[in-house]
Amino acid sequence: METYSFLREFADSWMLLVLFCFFVAVILWVIRPGSNTTHRDTAGIPFRNEDKPAASKEARP
Amino acid sequence: MLNYIKLIALGLITLFAMIAASYARDLAYQVHAILIMAVSAGLFLWTLRQTDEPVPAAVLEASYMDDVVRYGVVATAFWGVIGFLAGTFIAFQLAFPGLNFDWAQGYMNFGRLRPLHTSAVIFAFGGNALIATSFYIVQRTSAARLWGGNLAWFVFWGYNLFIVLAATGYVLGGTQSKEYAEPEWYVDLWLTIVWLAYLAVFLGTIIKRKEPHIYVANWFFLSFIVTVAMLHVFNNLSIPVSIFGSKSVQVFAGVQDAMVQWWYGHNAVGFFLTAGFLGMMYYFIPKQAERPVFSYKLSIIHFWALIFLYIWAGPHHLHYTALPDWASTLGMVFSIVLWMPSWGGMINGLMTLSGAWDKLRTDPVIRMMVISLGFYGMSTFEGPMMSIRAVNSLSHYTDWTIGHVHSGALGWNGMITFGALYFLVPKLWNKQRLYSLSMVSWHFWLATIGIILYAASMWVTGIMEGLMWREVDANGFLVNSFADTVSAKFPMYVVRGLGGVMYVAGALIMCYNLWMTATRGPAKDTAASPAAVAAE
Repeated sequence: METYSFLREFADSWMLLVLFCFFVAVILWVIRPGSNTTHRDTAGIPFRNEDKPAASKEARP
Repeated sequence: MLNYIKLIALGLITLFAMIAASYARDLAYQVHAILIMAVSAGLFLWTLRQTDEPVPAAVLEASYMDDVVRYGVVATAFWGVIGFLAGTFIAFQLAFPGLNFDWAQGYMNFGRLRPLHTSAVIFAFGGNALIATSFYIVQRTSAARLWGGNLAWFVFWGYNLFIVLAATGYVLGGTQSKEYAEPEWYVDLWLTIVWLAYLAVFLGTIIKRKEPHIYVANWFFLSFIVTVAMLHVFNNLSIPVSIFGSKSVQVFAGVQDAMVQWWYGHNAVGFFLTAGFLGMMYYFIPKQAERPVFSYKLSIIHFWALIFLYIWAGPHHLHYTALPDWASTLGMVFSIVLWMPSWGGMINGLMTLSGAWDKLRTDPVIRMMVISLGFYGMSTFEGPMMSIRAVNSLSHYTDWTIGHVHSGALGWNGMITFGALYFLVPKLWNKQRLYSLSMVSWHFWLATIGIILYAASMWVTGIMEGLMWREVDANGFLVNSFADTVSAKFPMYVVRGLGGVMYVAGALIMCYNLWMTATRGPAKDTAASPAAVAAE
């Protein structure tokens, strides 16, 4: 099979499936149980460390 | 030791630029060689004076690197005004062809100034805004100083040198005629180096972050930097005719070249003007509204959906061309699907204000950010609609496209950048507040009405033009000549130019306001933050 036809067939079958599964997995991962706390914490990042860098990983206000 | 290597490199570059200036085969290349010679000779002297001087031992890990952000803010405002002025001037050149002056023929006619305008607003104004805000945001959200020390300065000055090379190249005729990728081979190579340094600074800061998670704004910025690097390299694959000339030949030919060009062109919109600016949106809107983003889950889905879909949308620029039908259908379908994540992101930004809607009445800065989301929503609906083949057969090649681009660029990119500048200047120059809020309101209304004049006149003239082109009489002959459409468009061209004048006026008011904020604004309570330093 010539390269063009092979790549074309691969792209609209297996590759499409892989990308689609990855995307579905991302959504499932986002809504996984227990993610709420993490997301609330992450969404609060802009409101910390406004003026200077944090001293260490533990020293979070 | 490092300085000795720098001196050798700068000396060699200066020497090569001298040789190149004398062997140059065209004017653009010669001017650029002289420019590079001057810059590298200057840097040589500057490095020489610093060599073997005692190095201050203290590494400033206890503060953020904000000098480079301040320079970026100034550059953004400066290039913004230049770009808007150029755009307004070429708008009037279309309405009044006499403005293509005879004495400036070949340098300042519409064809030469048009890429100057597009690059000035997209790459100079937008690019500097993205670099400055990404440096500001990545430090705060990682709780870490920028990685790489002075590499951030290299990114800023290197990027602005790229802009100067690009702009002078356009006027002097050194372009490769690829839309939004006009600079020639050596300028492209320079941008690649600068961009990789940008990636290193940004990624390095994320890697040494103190927060356990990477905030969503940084995901958007990172995808913008990585994708633009990839797009830039592939679209600019070319072989120079001579090392002493600006002319180069593209590696791809025919429809492959067209496809790569619009894969690049549309993703420049998708990742430069959308993903990067969404990074700004996800930081500045929560900050200005003083509440976290509406749904962090939605923001993650928004991110992945946007980057998965945008990369395929390019072929919608090539409907009814030599491109295979399947490819243009694919581009069209993905463009339409893209409507959903775009509106998801818009809703996420707007709903961040829920419970704080009263701020719209009192805070013109947040009004600016909200209207930018409004324009984002409008143009991300208009875009998918125009990508449908049947609609495209009417809209393509008409000024409707130009109107669409400007409602996105002036409305979404411009307004969110203005909002970010209004947020940043008091913070960066350590002031309590902006110099004048009523000036912000003036800017807001001038810019909004300017955009509406622009978009509305381009809808009218674009649809009129499209209908006139396809009109046939009973015998199947075309009714209108091309010149008929040009003369019919005159009033709308004048209205468009006036819209541009209003937009420029608003931007000038902003510059004055920001200048007064930085120089005369009431200083923040110094007891609260003694570490702050006045810039410039």
